[in-house]
Amino acid sequence: MSPPAARTAAPVHRPARLTGRWLLAGAVAVVAAALTGLAIGPVAINPAGAATELLNLIPGVDLHSGLSPQEAAIVTRLRLPRVALGLIVGAMLALAGGCYQAVFRNPLADPYLLGVAAGAGLGATVAVAIGSALSVPAFAFAGALLAVALAHTLGASGVGRVRTPATLILAGVAVAAFLTAMQTYVLQRHSETINQVYSWLLGRLSTTGWRDVGLLLPYAVVAAVVVLAHRRQLDVLSLGDDEASSLGVHPQRARYLLVTAATLGTAAAVAVSGLIGFVGIIVPHTIRLLAGTSYRVILPLSALFGAAFLTLADLAARTVAAPSEIPLGVVTAFVGAPFFILVLRTASRVGL
Amino acid sequence: MTAAVEVSAARVVLGGTTVVDGVGLAVALGEWVTIIGPNGAGKTTLLRAVGGLLPAEGAVTLFGTPIGRLPRRERARLVATVPQTPVVPPGMAVLDYVLLGRTPYIRPLGRESAADVDVARDVLQRLDLTRFADRPLETLSGGERQRAFLARALAQGAGLLLLDEPTSALDIGHQQEVLDLVDELRGDRGLTVLACMHDLSLAGEYSDRLVLLVGGRVVADGAPREVLTEELLSKHYGARVRVIDADHGPVIIPRRS
Repeated sequence: MSPPAARTAAPVHRPARLTGRWLLAGAVAVVAAALTGLAIGPVAINPAGAATELLNLIPGVDLHSGLSPQEAAIVTRLRLPRVALGLIVGAMLALAGGCYQAVFRNPLADPYLLGVAAGAGLGATVAVAIGSALSVPAFAFAGALLAVALAHTLGASGVGRVRTPATLILAGVAVAAFLTAMQTYVLQRHSETINQVYSWLLGRLSTTGWRDVGLLLPYAVVAAVVVLAHRRQLDVLSLGDDEASSLGVHPQRARYLLVTAATLGTAAAVAVSGLIGFVGIIVPHTIRLLAGTSYRVILPLSALFGAAFLTLADLAARTVAAPSEIPLGVVTAFVGAPFFILVLRTASRVGL
Repeated sequence: MTAAVEVSAARVVLGGTTVVDGVGLAVALGEWVTIIGPNGAGKTTLLRAVGGLLPAEGAVTLFGTPIGRLPRRERARLVATVPQTPVVPPGMAVLDYVLLGRTPYIRPLGRESAADVDVARDVLQRLDLTRFADRPLETLSGGERQRAFLARALAQGAGLLLLDEPTSALDIGHQQEVLDLVDELRGDRGLTVLACMHDLSLAGEYSDRLVLLVGGRVVADGAPREVLTEELLSKHYGARVRVIDADHGPVIIPRRS
């Protein structure tokens, strides 16, 4: 029993916000994953030295890292672009997943929902089939945009021409089926290229320097800014369109903008990395179970931990079976699924 | 004096069916008006049209301004709605739920100010919900939950409260508790209440005026004693009832044939 004095003092209840502790944990995870990714590989490099080389990239900084010029080149020229790509792709996929689950109020919604994967797959297959391997990302991106444009157009032709979340999802399913069929057809006509397409479909991060980072970054930044700026509105939208509307929000307008932003970012990520499953579903759900159910918490933390998670998964993909690589999509599912089951069984908060 | 709600010749067509058909209705400032009527009479639809959630032909005016001329956020500061079955977002704490009621005062991409949090805390205190502030909404009992729904609507700071079947999920004790609370708040804060209710005795006891809606039209509008008559109820509900005049208003008793 508490003494009467303590009982009369009203406890101060605080609204759910992103706590500094979780934010710090996310930042530490990102830095730790990046340094591990830079340090481990065929040539082992001292993480402290790798960190120093990173600081040396800042203009005006020139610290002694203790690395040989060759080692420094491995860190900054070979591994850094791939680590950077992993961070951006992971952050983008996890953020887009959290955004989709909120917008569609569906725990199973993933970043590939509106046919992005199928469209990108068709684009990549066509690029490989016509022998233009260098432009796979560009073709995949174009295919993804085509698919999403189709899904949006068809999803608007329901009763009263209103895009409800359900008609959008159904249109996405139909578009995906159609484009997958086309992809299978193209693939079957050019069966000699199947291996090349296959490796893209299973997801991988390229080692072609900074080109992919340059392609992805603008879309990822715009998508992240739009989605993160709407994090409170996503909490309002969790009440459903009617109640959100009675609170002064334009639910359809907000959903539309958010889906467009998240899909653009996803399309760019898929274009450079192929299909990496699991990140967009499991990272946001893990955050929800551990850190809280408000999208103001889920979205920023999903971006941080998604980035760290994918970087570590890529590290496993390129080292476990070295010198050959395991497809990244296989690693994310293989490592992530058991981890998620563990969290699901131990956490008390379940639901969307 | 301007009325809180003025509806004239309102017509709402849903999926080709005319659900509200030429309704006229006025609610004075501070008045409690309850819409009654059999299932499918258009009560909820009329309430939604008054709240601006459905477009209606004719005129709907809130506090003197035609609803079509109110931007959404302005409208949300004038009228707060508690739907019949509000969505309960899993895992959301009661304080956070009530804070969502401050949305019309927060810039579209902004966050709550300290003043918004103070408003939410005050409302929780007023509705005796402070001890539940950190509890997830879904863990509250039916009566507590109904108070939390009301709390969110009050945090909206609107002068007009629309209540769709506020007591349908509650036992008789909690029905009285919630309705007493609404009546007290109406006095404290000068709120105007427009509600839909199925329980005719309760509706008559708490309302200043009843509006009987049948087939989308108003067939009776007046003090509870004028509307709750055996003749009107048997005609429009197809019900066999006796109406007894008690201290606080008419009491409706169903009869077997």
